[in-house]
Amino acid sequence: MVKVTIWGSLRSATDGQVEVEVDARNFKELLDRLATEYPGLKPQIERGVSLALDGKIYREAWFTEIGPKSEVVLMPYMTGG
Amino acid sequence: MRNLHISTSVNGDQTEFVCAPDETLLDVLRNRLGLTGAKEGCGTGDCGACSVTLNGRLVCSCLVLGVEAEGAEIGTVEGLAMGDHLHPLQRNFIDHAALQCGICTPGILVAAKALLEKNPNPTDEEIRYWLAGNLCRCTGYDKIIKAVQIAAAEMRGA
Amino acid sequence: MALDSKMNRVFKVVGTRPPRPDGVEKVTGRAMYGADATAPGMLVGRILRSPHAHAIIKSIDVSAAEALKGVKAVVTAADFGVPDDLSIRDVQDNCMAQGKALYHGHAVAAVAANTAAIASQALKLIKVRYEVLPHVTDVDEAMRPGAPIVQEGRALENVAAGFSENVTSQCEFGHGDLEVGFAKADKVIERSFTTAATHQGYIEPHACLASMSPDGKGDLWCCTQGQFQVRTLCAEIMGMDASQLRVTASEIGGGFGGKTTVFIEPVALALSRKSGRPVKIVMTRDEVFKATGPTVSSSMDVKIGMTNDGRITAAQAQLRYQGGAFPCGTVEMGAQSAFACYNLDAVHTVGWNVLTNRPKEAAYRAPGAPMAIYAVESVVDELCQELGLDPLDVRLKNASTKGTKSSYGPTFDDIGLRATLEAAKAHPHCSAPLGPNQGRGLSCGFWFNFGGNTCVSLNINTDGTVGITEGNPDIGGSRAAISQMAAEELGVPYDKVRTIIADTNSLGYNDVTDGSRVTFSVGLATIEAARNAIKVMCGRVAKIWGIDEDAVIWEDGCAKPSGANAGDFTPMSIEEIAAISSNTGGPIAGHFEVNADGAGVSFGVHLADVEVDPETGATKILRYTVFQDAGKAVHPDYVEGQMQGGAVQGIGWALNEEYIYGKDGLLQNAGFLDYRVPVASDLPNIETVILEIPNPGHPYGVRGVGETPIVPPLATLSNAVARAIGIRLFELPMSPPKLLKAIRQKG
Repeated sequence: MVKVTIWGSLRSATDGQVEVEVDARNFKELLDRLATEYPGLKPQIERGVSLALDGKIYREAWFTEIGPKSEVVLMPYMTGG
Repeated sequence: MRNLHISTSVNGDQTEFVCAPDETLLDVLRNRLGLTGAKEGCGTGDCGACSVTLNGRLVCSCLVLGVEAEGAEIGTVEGLAMGDHLHPLQRNFIDHAALQCGICTPGILVAAKALLEKNPNPTDEEIRYWLAGNLCRCTGYDKIIKAVQIAAAEMRGA
Repeated sequence: MALDSKMNRVFKVVGTRPPRPDGVEKVTGRAMYGADATAPGMLVGRILRSPHAHAIIKSIDVSAAEALKGVKAVVTAADFGVPDDLSIRDVQDNCMAQGKALYHGHAVAAVAANTAAIASQALKLIKVRYEVLPHVTDVDEAMRPGAPIVQEGRALENVAAGFSENVTSQCEFGHGDLEVGFAKADKVIERSFTTAATHQGYIEPHACLASMSPDGKGDLWCCTQGQFQVRTLCAEIMGMDASQLRVTASEIGGGFGGKTTVFIEPVALALSRKSGRPVKIVMTRDEVFKATGPTVSSSMDVKIGMTNDGRITAAQAQLRYQGGAFPCGTVEMGAQSAFACYNLDAVHTVGWNVLTNRPKEAAYRAPGAPMAIYAVESVVDELCQELGLDPLDVRLKNASTKGTKSSYGPTFDDIGLRATLEAAKAHPHCSAPLGPNQGRGLSCGFWFNFGGNTCVSLNINTDGTVGITEGNPDIGGSRAAISQMAAEELGVPYDKVRTIIADTNSLGYNDVTDGSRVTFSVGLATIEAARNAIKVMCGRVAKIWGIDEDAVIWEDGCAKPSGANAGDFTPMSIEEIAAISSNTGGPIAGHFEVNADGAGVSFGVHLADVEVDPETGATKILRYTVFQDAGKAVHPDYVEGQMQGGAVQGIGWALNEEYIYGKDGLLQNAGFLDYRVPVASDLPNIETVILEIPNPGHPYGVRGVGETPIVPPLATLSNAVARAIGIRLFELPMSPPKLLKAIRQKG
């Protein structure tokens, strides 16, 4: 099981929880499980999210492995200039 | 209006072209003579990217009519180097990273050369005020001023 | 692709300052930019633009224009399809108005003709019937219920009730208990700020040359930060397969984020398809200001609580950004970056994006961060003034460091903020004397930096020189840095390596040049591609020597036996190996494709001394120093160049630059005369101090550097001005009329 920190505006979809636990071993499983268990997150996930894993930001990498002790933070999809 | 036939000298070469009476020298250089070194950044004389010399005088070619080139000497960036020998300004701009995207560089080189012909030993402030009509968005001007100083010193034989 | 374990690696090429490969062509005027290309039979394209800020397009009659001798094609929105992807549809609708003109300058039709004069004449013959609608250009006004609605049905599910339909998204970040935090503070300051929209101000207007052939293939030459992104957008808009559209990036005359999308390219392609001829479109400067992608303008509230000894106990911000007539996500990045420099127990930011009748926003170096951090750093500075504390010491006391839970969620790894603050504190600038009407200001700055999709192909030529093909337009000198990293890895001299930027046919997908990603990602991919080529070469030599592959090592440009046990063989140089490559298996190359992650965040601190003239309100910058963490400066000249260039753009933003709209919703200052960017005589030298705290996610420790430097100048100057004349403004730009008014009001 992995703990995921949800950012503020998404917490209404997780009953106000800042952190949720899902069973996932990589980024894609994580997103799929989140969308299933918290349907309110689905629109944002479909629009795009990034994942910060132990401080490193991953924009799209589905197969990034997530360990049970990892710090996982869901973030908006980022663009630069 | 009928086009006009103009005879001029560009970077020391006798040149002839045909242009409309209301065509700018910038458009003539770029579209008629294939000299695309001068750039159009604004078309209103505010950015200096089109800088050339007209009878030795620094001008914005977007504010000069093509027909004004009749019988005149035009100097563009393409005339700075001597064969495969870069002008000291050109070489120092490369050596001291005085360009990033390079779009303003032709105009600045022409302007800097015109300055050093009038004033071979300018202060930083004099360089900055002379180049105030040449906008650069990439460098913040710092390395440009330094490169002009180094080139000026080299040209003075200092 | 982690940082090399040989941490104390002595670099031979990386960290030096060799000449850039495109230098000669740029100083001689030979370099080919967007507007410099021509094609046989080329037509000139021109675009007709809305004179109204907001209007329904009732009808467009192009018949007279089409009939004009010399006109070969006229297009309107009717000539385009409907892309499935909503964000691409927005791009298309921005390139050519669909049913409604949404801002002053919005494209409504385009013509292609034999000459510019005929094209201009044809535009005048196009009859457009408009039904003018009420417009809104101010961010706060656009949010209020009852405001004119720019687009209907664009609000996302996360927007709270009570706003107009122009509010399209809402976001929220942070952690901790604000109430508890503010209760602990000895002083709480709450301020509201506004910043005007600015433009990237690249000196090269957008330009492209499109050539569609009757068999459905297309060639597009354009100045862009991302030819692959251009291909994706244009292929989708034109209904083409990606493989049928080849996009070539010209040299680019500045981008800064503003050339990461398309404005004229689909129009040129459509005109070319319709006319059967190549079509060249070059924007005028007026069009660039009116109809490309400026920044958001903002309205912000910031509240920070601090103890008497300088500890920030709580911080809160509300950001309202308008990004023009189409939804944009910039406020999310503003809301995440606002407090990134601080280690906080209680922090909360909320952001809203709002539609207005203004051009569609595009990125400009660290999009969203400059205005948010301006507001935060201004309030921190005001707290320092009120509490009599040293601004640098307060930053040091609260600075994010390794292990800080950031305001946007993740915990920081090794970062360079403390190092830049300490370098600033130790610098002579800090203690230089100040005279009357002079003041010193400082600000921190931050940017995330990105990795992204990257492909590099590295080929060993038969004479042992190296050719690198990469896919990212060079906007800051990256070709030099790429060549340096390859030369370093291969152990060959820098001038034996040549890096070029490929068209979309020659490589797999590359994300745009943005996010300060090129030196980081393309560098990383180049290093890996070089390592692949080395592996191939060692393999060839192993066969020649009849030993195991892992008994051959690469050092100083040669394959060598790994030790005495491997055998007594004379090392083979890259030239020797390359010369016999056809005998040993064929051409030698390495390549690497990746969606790179692990980009390192970049922190910076700026210090500025200013003098404000009380009679004119003009601000003169006396001294300016930029401190920034680059991780590893591959080519220090170009790192300095980014620091100086970004700082000066920020200076312009703080002191003069702004989009000015009239009550009629029309842009009043669409030219360089009245949109006043810094000129050489406005500025002193910009001193730079590069710190190097290696990024654990890159083999050489590289961090992106291009964007962070635009962030600190806004508050640096605002704080300096506040201390120079004892008046603090809460809006940008602090142009002379505004400062003069404030000075006179004070007294």
